[in-house]
Amino acid sequence: MAAQRDWMNHLFLDTGSTSFTEFVRSYAPGLLPGRFESLATPVTDQIPHATTIVAATFAGGVVMAGDRRATAGNYISQKDMEKVFRTDDYSCMGIAGTASTGIEMARVYQVELEHYEKREGRELSVEGKANRLANMVRGNLPMAMQGMVVVPLFAAYDDNRDAGRIFSYDVGGGPYEQSGYASIGSGSLFARGALKKLYRENAPLEDIVLSCVHALYDAADDDSATGGPDVSRKIWPLISVITDEGYRRLSDEEVEGYVRQVLDLRMADPDGPTAPLR
Amino acid sequence: MSMPFGYVSPEQEMRDKADFARKGIARGRSVVVLQYENGILFVAPNASRALHKISEIYDRIGFAAVGKYNEFESLRLGGIRYADINGYTYDRSDVTARGLANLYAQSLGMVFTESRKPYEVEIVVAEVGDAPEEDQIYRLTFDGSVADEHGFVVMGGVAEAVAGRLKDRIRDAMPLTDALDAALAALTEPGGERPPVSQLEVAVLDRNREHRKFQRLAGPRLERLIATGADDAPETAAPDVSGALSGPPGESPATAPDGDIDDGSGA
Repeated sequence: MAAQRDWMNHLFLDTGSTSFTEFVRSYAPGLLPGRFESLATPVTDQIPHATTIVAATFAGGVVMAGDRRATAGNYISQKDMEKVFRTDDYSCMGIAGTASTGIEMARVYQVELEHYEKREGRELSVEGKANRLANMVRGNLPMAMQGMVVVPLFAAYDDNRDAGRIFSYDVGGGPYEQSGYASIGSGSLFARGALKKLYRENAPLEDIVLSCVHALYDAADDDSATGGPDVSRKIWPLISVITDEGYRRLSDEEVEGYVRQVLDLRMADPDGPTAPLR
Repeated sequence: MSMPFGYVSPEQEMRDKADFARKGIARGRSVVVLQYENGILFVAPNASRALHKISEIYDRIGFAAVGKYNEFESLRLGGIRYADINGYTYDRSDVTARGLANLYAQSLGMVFTESRKPYEVEIVVAEVGDAPEEDQIYRLTFDGSVADEHGFVVMGGVAEAVAGRLKDRIRDAMPLTDALDAALAALTEPGGERPPVSQLEVAVLDRNREHRKFQRLAGPRLERLIATGADDAPETAAPDVSGALSGPPGESPATAPDGDIDDGSGA
């Protein structure tokens, strides 16, 4: 009780900064992700990893899509994992790498944005949000050096530009703004190759969603850690869309429609659509 | 033993503090919090666009206050911290208005007994439930006493007169436009003029919203809602801002997820 009393006094007298993370660090540092300074042995293969995330902009917004597989070494630890998170009304993030750290990072980031918004009565700018996430990724660097790497991909709708924006990161932070499309995770090379050929600037939403599903399919095709669409269990990629109307996660039925289109096409041509040479 | 010079009995001291706080609270304008069919409505005449009397605390929890701004602002910020840290530590559903009201009660009570000057504030912590019966409205006064209110709360200014006028106008499950009309009528002295939209701070906790239930209503949208209420046409839905989504005919306008999202920039 005494401890709580101290905290309560502190709560109202020292109103501090707008950062939730800073508050947690002073009040209960153990709650923050990235708290282990060093691990006795590398645990990389024993901890589930999340894999491929892709994001691409379309006319008036941005799409982010992720596969559903989590792996620990050669073992598929989860078939229906969710690794794209709504972070506020106009932004979302996907995670690749150590699943547990990534999920925790997404949770604290969500509160971080909301905390600022509630305190200040305004949303952070898109750059502000992206920088804040860079700071959190950098905070995880000691863990990353131990093998618990987590790298996010951040996408947001920017009011001032009426357009979607994408930011990528590395283990040291970032952000690196990407134009058009971006991918992260073990299957990202294949997904990026696919998007490179399929992406069209200012294309309508449907085309971009379809491109993303194709890109994830290609990633699953060539990367064992990325899961393809699971037709028998009806586990589809997770697709989020952000426009001026806010964040929306496509329903399973909607995603199934897109996946079926991709599957139909791939039945005839397993390598998917070909880009015109000239 | 003679009384030391300047001795004040504890009873007298408490009375003086309470009188002092009551006077401070009565100086401002009243704030009204009332239930409507889809949740809880907050209405505050407020000339300032930057200094809010009404705020979001958490997904289902709203906050309204009267009195000294710096005092209730520090309570608001502390409440947001309490809610965010609990929601992060446990789960979002574990943050409750009851817990927050207790925290406020402790803090207000402590300030009232221990400091020379009590807080000149009165606050409401409201939580919207999945059904009207689950809505909770707690009213906290300067000395840390908590009251569990039903239906409506009026605090600050000439609270009793406003409450009297409001009582005659409210009924169960009012549509938003009617509830807003009732609140504005109650806040206006008989024969007086209603405060202009630009000087109103209005927000709802709408149980039909996704994620965060709190939403500010301002600008053209608020004007339309007020106009609809004043026309005494509760059955017509107000025109939608984006035209994207409105409830079936006969329902009051949904306050989410179609409308303006207030970013606090005062646009």
